Amino acid sequence: MTKKKKNAKKPAPERRASEEKATRQEEAAAAKPKPGKKGSVALETAESMARKQREISVSEFFLKNRHLLGFDSPRRALMTTVKEAVDNALDACEEAGHLPEISVDIAQTAENRFRVTVTDNGPGIVRSQIPKVFAKLLYGSKFHRLRMSRGQQGIGISAAGMYGQLTTGTSTHILSRSRNQKMAHDIAVQIDTKANTPTIISDDERAWCPEFFPTQPDGKPGKPISYAHGTSVSIEMEATYVRGRLSVDEYLKQCAIVNPHLQLHYRVRLMRSDDKDEKGPKTLPADETTPWISYFRGVNEMPPPTREIKPHPHGVELGMLMAMLKDTNSRTLQGALSQDFSRVSSKTAKEICERAKLYPNARPARIAHQESEALYKAINETSLMRPPTDCLAPIGEEQIVSGLKKEIQADFYTAKTRNPAVYRGNPFQIEAGLAYAKPGENEDLNAEEPVRLMRFANRVPLLAMSGACAMTKSTTGVNWKAYGLSQPRGSLPFGPMVVMIHIASVWVPFTSESKEAIAHYPEIMREITFALQDCGRQLSHYLSRKRRADEAARKRNFIELYIPHLALGLKEILDLNDRQEKTVVNKLGGMLERTHLDV
Amino acid sequence: MPAPTKAAAEKPGAPEVVSRKAASGKISSIADGIYKDIIQKSKKPSMSFPVRSLQNVRYDTRRGHFEILGKKVTRTLSYTTVKTFAQSMRLLATTKNDLLDKDDIAGKREVYYNSKSWGECRFDEQPESDALLDDIEAMLAINREQLGYIPEERGGDVCGPIIVIDRDPSSGRPIRINCKELGTGAWSVPSRVEHLGFETKAKFILVVETASLFQRLVHHRYFDRANCVLVSMSGVPTRACRRFVRRLADDQRLPVLAFTDGDPYGYCNIYRTLKVGSGQAAHINRFFCVPQAQFLGVTPQDIKDYNLEDATHPLEEADIKRAKDALKNDPFIQHHKEWQKALEEMLRMGVRIEQQAFAKHGLNFVLEKYLPEKLKKAKFLP
Repeated sequence: MTKKKKNAKKPAPERRASEEKATRQEEAAAAKPKPGKKGSVALETAESMARKQREISVSEFFLKNRHLLGFDSPRRALMTTVKEAVDNALDACEEAGHLPEISVDIAQTAENRFRVTVTDNGPGIVRSQIPKVFAKLLYGSKFHRLRMSRGQQGIGISAAGMYGQLTTGTSTHILSRSRNQKMAHDIAVQIDTKANTPTIISDDERAWCPEFFPTQPDGKPGKPISYAHGTSVSIEMEATYVRGRLSVDEYLKQCAIVNPHLQLHYRVRLMRSDDKDEKGPKTLPADETTPWISYFRGVNEMPPPTREIKPHPHGVELGMLMAMLKDTNSRTLQGALSQDFSRVSSKTAKEICERAKLYPNARPARIAHQESEALYKAINETSLMRPPTDCLAPIGEEQIVSGLKKEIQADFYTAKTRNPAVYRGNPFQIEAGLAYAKPGENEDLNAEEPVRLMRFANRVPLLAMSGACAMTKSTTGVNWKAYGLSQPRGSLPFGPMVVMIHIASVWVPFTSESKEAIAHYPEIMREITFALQDCGRQLSHYLSRKRRADEAARKRNFIELYIPHLALGLKEILDLNDRQEKTVVNKLGGMLERTHLDV
Repeated sequence: MPAPTKAAAEKPGAPEVVSRKAASGKISSIADGIYKDIIQKSKKPSMSFPVRSLQNVRYDTRRGHFEILGKKVTRTLSYTTVKTFAQSMRLLATTKNDLLDKDDIAGKREVYYNSKSWGECRFDEQPESDALLDDIEAMLAINREQLGYIPEERGGDVCGPIIVIDRDPSSGRPIRINCKELGTGAWSVPSRVEHLGFETKAKFILVVETASLFQRLVHHRYFDRANCVLVSMSGVPTRACRRFVRRLADDQRLPVLAFTDGDPYGYCNIYRTLKVGSGQAAHINRFFCVPQAQFLGVTPQDIKDYNLEDATHPLEEADIKRAKDALKNDPFIQHHKEWQKALEEMLRMGVRIEQQAFAKHGLNFVLEKYLPEKLKKAKFLP
């Protein structure tokens, strides 16, 4: 279906033509040998097999394995699309140093069809990059570097576009304007799934700038906010919108918690029914004037920019080491080691070479397989400084508390940012936060239920697969009873509480490409445990303070309840006057408060 | 049928009678002390009560009852005691203003319901008000009957050659009750007996545990045959019953004989309480004891003497525990070797016996054979 549409549209760009030519040649080559089929139905020859062997494009691979990317169900598709678009928008704003302002508009267009439009105030994207960014898988700035950022592989948004294209046949629409431009680019692209190249469907310019319509906390519309630069991407797809724990609503709320510097506007517009009581078939288009839900900014500082680092030798595997030696610009092995890796000085590099019995001056590209194994072994036997950790930008304890305060009504907040640590040569940093509501005061948090665990990686909320995540495992492993919560064996603690855990790393070890669960590295789990224990201690202080205060209040009430009766009894026996009775009440009240209420 | 002579009964010192005015004054002085503590000394008020248990009594052999020792508990006003403290004050105020000063009476349950008008200070359950009443009684060292509180339990039944002189509650006109001519019924001991007068020619008082045996004795007019006053206790004797027996015995110089079941409860609870009082009411035992009482039966020895081994029941766990506990802790039992022997004998035999067991030898065996023989022998346990 996609092919037909593509052919009917504009001619493909030049690059595509050359690639097509190459493919045709391959096909021709494969078609040449024509072994007779008679009598040898079951047997394949090398040639016949060769005819079937062909290159698989990345796009094709992911089309067939879309569950790996989070598009396995219509419900999840909507979630993943919003997630990828918001992640990209945030990364873009932060890299350009703009305090991010983002809107997410989800509009139902048919029973199982939604259009997702995500607009940001980022720096914009230059015209030539737009098609590749949005319609070429594995294209992006993030894969080839070791730097803390939300996206990693450069698959997400293009995959969302591809999913939309596959399920509805529509294109990804992009509006983008950078600061110096007068007009915005208005581009529609599709992806050539076979060649993993973008096909431009339309390419115009028009007057546009990103505009946001906040709703004030009191529910009244605020003043619209507009910017001179920004990007808006719009994808229509087959999807279902469901509320709840794994919903877009929850994702965006958590986004606002973990990014207190983000200002976010969000609305879902469902199709309406003819009937007044909304019971009949929903045929009317979604309401254009639906008000936005606004998550306002809690802090006005940007997170500090993150630095890119070179890989640490202890985190590199043999194959990667060989590839790096092949690609290095250095002329000597010693040079390659000291220049391409972090924490390897010239002297250390020499030491490694000696231990591996290799010449420091050997040409890196000529280190043979056997020798590289010796080198690999030598590297791991050499003690090295831990990788630099200033490449990480934790959220920070104050910011976590501010984010939690902003979105979760509670009585007690605390947060802990651990010092950076290292797993497999990758620096990472763990943060944890708690928000504890007085029982019954926050209707979302039930005291008789397990606490709500919110998981984040590089400021991205992780919603699905919580059972498989190292964060969940570490949380259940902490002895919360010691901090005053009840906890059934091997489960999350119970209480009216939100627990948030954040891992910041240049390379977050997810268990799969859909990026929902953290792998169980012992170093990571240990850090999570320590951070939670730290928060737990604060919680236990708070709870015992609260218990004491409750106790004092209860005692005060109790005392105030009965003292007047005592005085009345005395009054009746001794015929006291009202003034004397009052003096007795006051004096007794004072005496008991001094000794029983720790004031 | 020779009965113990009147001279054999020792006359104990009569308990003092506290006037309403004096009781009212005692309440006022306690309240005044509390008020002064609060206002003048600025210190937390406290009330002290004697400890009411067997641990805090001594068997006063001269006076013949359990005498309370000096152990006291002090209830100082605090967070934990403020409610009880307030209730005590209100109960004292009610006692003084509504009962003593107005010459009225109230039952325990009425006290409980009366507190329902006290708002937050009310008693939630009757045991709370009962306990507090006991406390106040002990603190004032005046028994609650004299404070105007009447017991609700039945006082005991009386039958026999005696005229009780009561008075009309409203006019005060004397009323003479001839307990010999009550037909098939009996006269009930009223809750307050201090005002009663007696006229009798009886030789002794026979106090029996069970109502059914009492019925049998009345039915056959045993009191004529033995010339005695019959009193039924129906279990542990009430205060009024004990006080009645005491007053009658003192007034007419009569010996008192007790006839209970042969089990540790009959010995250590019913008889001991009748004679020397209880640990729980140690503060008022001096009014409610019958030191001249002696124990007629059923003794463990009777089981053998009357061939009743096959009319017994094995001792139960609770019986054994009660007997051992009495041997170890009861000052009365510890004072009397005979009682120790009897209890040890019972434990050794491992059985208990009921008063009705004599029916084995015929329904009226008890009044035709057993009682006359025991009275003739005149060997009683102390």
